[in-house]
Amino acid sequence: MSAGKSPVGADIVDLAELLAHAYAIEVEAAERYRVLGDQMEVHNNPELAGLFRELAGHEEKHAAEIKARALKTGMAELKPSEFKWPGTEGPELAALDDAHYQMTPWHALQMALAAETRAFEFFNSIVESTAELDIRKWAGEFREEEAEHVALVEGLLEKYPEPEAGWSEDDDPPNMQE
Amino acid sequence: MNISNPAKASDFKSDLKPVWCPGCGDYHVLLSMTKALAELECRPEEVAVISGIGCSSRIPAYLNCYGFHGVHGRSLPLGTGLKVARPDMTVIVAGGDGDGFSIGGNHFLHACRRNIDLTYIVMDNRVYGMTKGQPSPTTEPDWDSALSPGGTGLSPFHPLVIALASGANFVARAFSGDIKGTSNMIVEAVRHPGFSFVEILSPCVTFRPEQREWKSAIHPPTVEPTDDPARAARRIMTDDGFNVGILYRGTRRPYRIGDGVASREVGDLDTAFAI
Amino acid sequence: MTDQTGSGRGISIALTGSGGAGVMTAGGMLLQAAAKAGFYGLQTRSVGPQIRGGEAAALLRMSNSPVEIHRGGFDILFALDWSNFSRFAAEIQLDETSVVIFDPDGGAVPDIVSTATKNLVELPVKQMAADIAGGRMNMIALGILAGAIGLSRETVIGLISDKLSAKGEAVLEASRACLDAGYAQASAVTSVPKLESTQAGDDVPRWLITGNEAAALGAVRGGIKFAAAYPITPATEILEWLAPALSSVGGNLVQAEDELASINMIIGASYGGVPSITATSGPGLALMTESIGLAIAAEIPVVVVDVMRGGPSTGIPTKSEQSDLNIALYGLHGDAPHLVVAPLSVADCLFTTQWAVHLAEAVQGPAIVLSDQYLGQTQMIIDKPAEVAFFAARNRVDKVDTDYTRYAVTADGVSPMAIPGMAGAQYTADGLAHSVSGTPSSAAADHHAQLAKRKRKIEGHTYGDHWAEIEGEGDVVILTWGSSTAPVKEAAALARTKGIHVKTVCVRLLAPLRVAALEAEIAGARQILVIEQNDSAQFYRYLRGHIDLPHYTKAFHHPGPLMLGVDEIYEEITREHRL
Repeated sequence: MSAGKSPVGADIVDLAELLAHAYAIEVEAAERYRVLGDQMEVHNNPELAGLFRELAGHEEKHAAEIKARALKTGMAELKPSEFKWPGTEGPELAALDDAHYQMTPWHALQMALAAETRAFEFFNSIVESTAELDIRKWAGEFREEEAEHVALVEGLLEKYPEPEAGWSEDDDPPNMQE
Repeated sequence: MNISNPAKASDFKSDLKPVWCPGCGDYHVLLSMTKALAELECRPEEVAVISGIGCSSRIPAYLNCYGFHGVHGRSLPLGTGLKVARPDMTVIVAGGDGDGFSIGGNHFLHACRRNIDLTYIVMDNRVYGMTKGQPSPTTEPDWDSALSPGGTGLSPFHPLVIALASGANFVARAFSGDIKGTSNMIVEAVRHPGFSFVEILSPCVTFRPEQREWKSAIHPPTVEPTDDPARAARRIMTDDGFNVGILYRGTRRPYRIGDGVASREVGDLDTAFAI
Repeated sequence: MTDQTGSGRGISIALTGSGGAGVMTAGGMLLQAAAKAGFYGLQTRSVGPQIRGGEAAALLRMSNSPVEIHRGGFDILFALDWSNFSRFAAEIQLDETSVVIFDPDGGAVPDIVSTATKNLVELPVKQMAADIAGGRMNMIALGILAGAIGLSRETVIGLISDKLSAKGEAVLEASRACLDAGYAQASAVTSVPKLESTQAGDDVPRWLITGNEAAALGAVRGGIKFAAAYPITPATEILEWLAPALSSVGGNLVQAEDELASINMIIGASYGGVPSITATSGPGLALMTESIGLAIAAEIPVVVVDVMRGGPSTGIPTKSEQSDLNIALYGLHGDAPHLVVAPLSVADCLFTTQWAVHLAEAVQGPAIVLSDQYLGQTQMIIDKPAEVAFFAARNRVDKVDTDYTRYAVTADGVSPMAIPGMAGAQYTADGLAHSVSGTPSSAAADHHAQLAKRKRKIEGHTYGDHWAEIEGEGDVVILTWGSSTAPVKEAAALARTKGIHVKTVCVRLLAPLRVAALEAEIAGARQILVIEQNDSAQFYRYLRGHIDLPHYTKAFHHPGPLMLGVDEIYEEITREHRL
């Protein structure tokens, strides 16, 4: 889409910029999970509200770790348009349009798995393309963390089988508002 | 709420939780607006988002800025009054296709030709969602519904062509799911002088679940924006409706708002009546 | 008919013509000449439906003391021709003392005229105009009338020179020649009253103004800086006056695409902190009602002037009627307390509109001003009104310490308002029922608390003595409002000369109704009359709904287009006293 010829992760020039991206990935992912948690709360799906908020908590923890790292190197201040994301937004963001008010943990974990995998691929592309040794080293560390997250989500998914067809049925019609 | 300087996208989000259905495109638009406002380096108190009635018209309360959630169809006059009275404010009018093109259709035409420096965002999902799924002016003619069984049989309203013909100075189409593209387009729309119109295709997952497929139908334009309305009209009349991008960037002079400087005292106005 | 109220009655003149004869211009000049000469007076007009060339009547009354209405029959009818004269017959009452001036070239004298009076004066006005290069009939008529009632030639010539100087010397010279030709024939018009010499105007500054102009001036004096406008008869002059006036004081007027837009534009502007107004008539008010409700729910001050005309629907756009009271009071859906005020005279259009701006801003809600075609379009010579200190003074937030709540429940119901631009007080104004912060809420407690505070701020405001104008003492009490005030006052004055003790209570503040004050005014009354110009006795029924009126309270009312007459009101007052 609009990404077109705009710069991507491989064009990241220094550690400060890399950290800004790594930090934004975690912070935005946390915000996104909180938005989804709120959606589930408003739509009376408490199990999912809790799950999304748990995921948000993980992301916030990672964000704090990255912020601590940045104390040494500094972190670039970027405007939203200055981020070098490969897609239309940060790679680790759960897709808002995949949400459903009756979604199950399996759906949420599928969203999370896709998000973590995109984050892994983002850092992987930096590792594979950058000429800067220290960027490659740190991006490699972030890549390994994302790999652990992918494994973690895959582990959780074993507990939650795919729901049967009809999971989204609702006997009541939609509600009229204004 | 502590606002950083310059304000971040998250500073433009309010604490109120949206009532929109999970999966609704309007969540994306909300996010795109917060990003655009941060990109524009606006302060929350310098922005006003004005809306009418409908699902998408709930958006002002979900933003941390000044807002007005008015009556059905009248958001453009509200925004017009505010902008003329307070040209220092950044005014964004937002709403849906029913609000903007049906009950508010006349205001849309005249806001385009008045060309006041404000931005009008229409979240178009081709359906009335708040009243449970009736066809709107942009609905396909064969879309079946309880109110119009078998479809309306009516030719859909073409917002971009009408905006162009009515004199809007900036005309663009975006897709809600493309957050980066949408927020960039809002940034450009706000920056462009005069009346800027951005139609955002924003799926309704409840009444039009088939619109979840829009994300695969969307494609970027193959040509650059033009300042020639005739060319823009030809392009938009022949596209498939899923072409996103800036279509037209005009050079028409924006509406002239008084400079606020008084040339007379109020006390002198009665001299004309003296005998 | 010259003996009913003594010297204050003055002279009444009707000047009629068609096909672009220019009777309105001549009538206006006659009134201005009378003003220059120190007299009081007024001019109303009655016109056919044509945009140009239609039949028209300029109706004037001039006197050496202030006059606010036409009074019974006309002393002089000057008919340049008789085209469609029947249209005006009901408004131009003639009797045996009336003098009729007409051109024999203008057709046969209608029966309704020749049976009323035998004082017919034939003057060949058309031929006289034809004999002068560039001559015009209306200028000859002006000369004849001015000479006949005793206005000096110098006064009229001076006025003409001011008015026509821009049109060039040839036009001016032709007009002077016409005037002189008219003055030369004035002696043919005998047995008409003359304007008696007067000292008025020497010590009191006077204005020549319409109610629409006065309302617009009042709005700007009250602090209005924004107007939205959609043209409608008979309110358009307010908007046309405001356009350059607002621009000159640093404000703005926007022409809207319809009344739905104009009301929302002023709500948007006022939300931005700028006092705002629009003007319309019944059809426009009907379109605006939904959004007036928005201004109530969202607590945005705005002023809507309704210059009433005959209704319903398109009705009679050029004629007055007090029939929008019900829609102004009750036209909104939901429980929607708001201000409704009505000017009591042409001059009072200034005060009442200025007061309405002040009140709307003070209570943060809409005010409807019920003027009407008579007040709005009558051109009147008045004493310069006293300047009043009412000004827009909105309770604004000047500092935000903690979480700002736009709709905080306060003792007086008025919540300090944040104006966009103020950091830390961002809120969303909403027409949905809301909590104190403005967020949508359908909870009973929120709805009740907000309804109560909105009622409290309107009911609890201190309106002072301005709620009504009260004159006289006595056991006969007349309750009226708006433009019916003038005939009521004149009829009451007439009744007092016959020894009847009449009190007039002319209500300016229609909503919220000052129930206790009204009850005090009617306490002990033996006869109570409620007087208004509409078919359904809207004010009377409104009072009945709020006040325990005695059973003998009588409504006297009729619809437009005819104004309520002094004589019929006087008849009503005295009916019981003849028993």
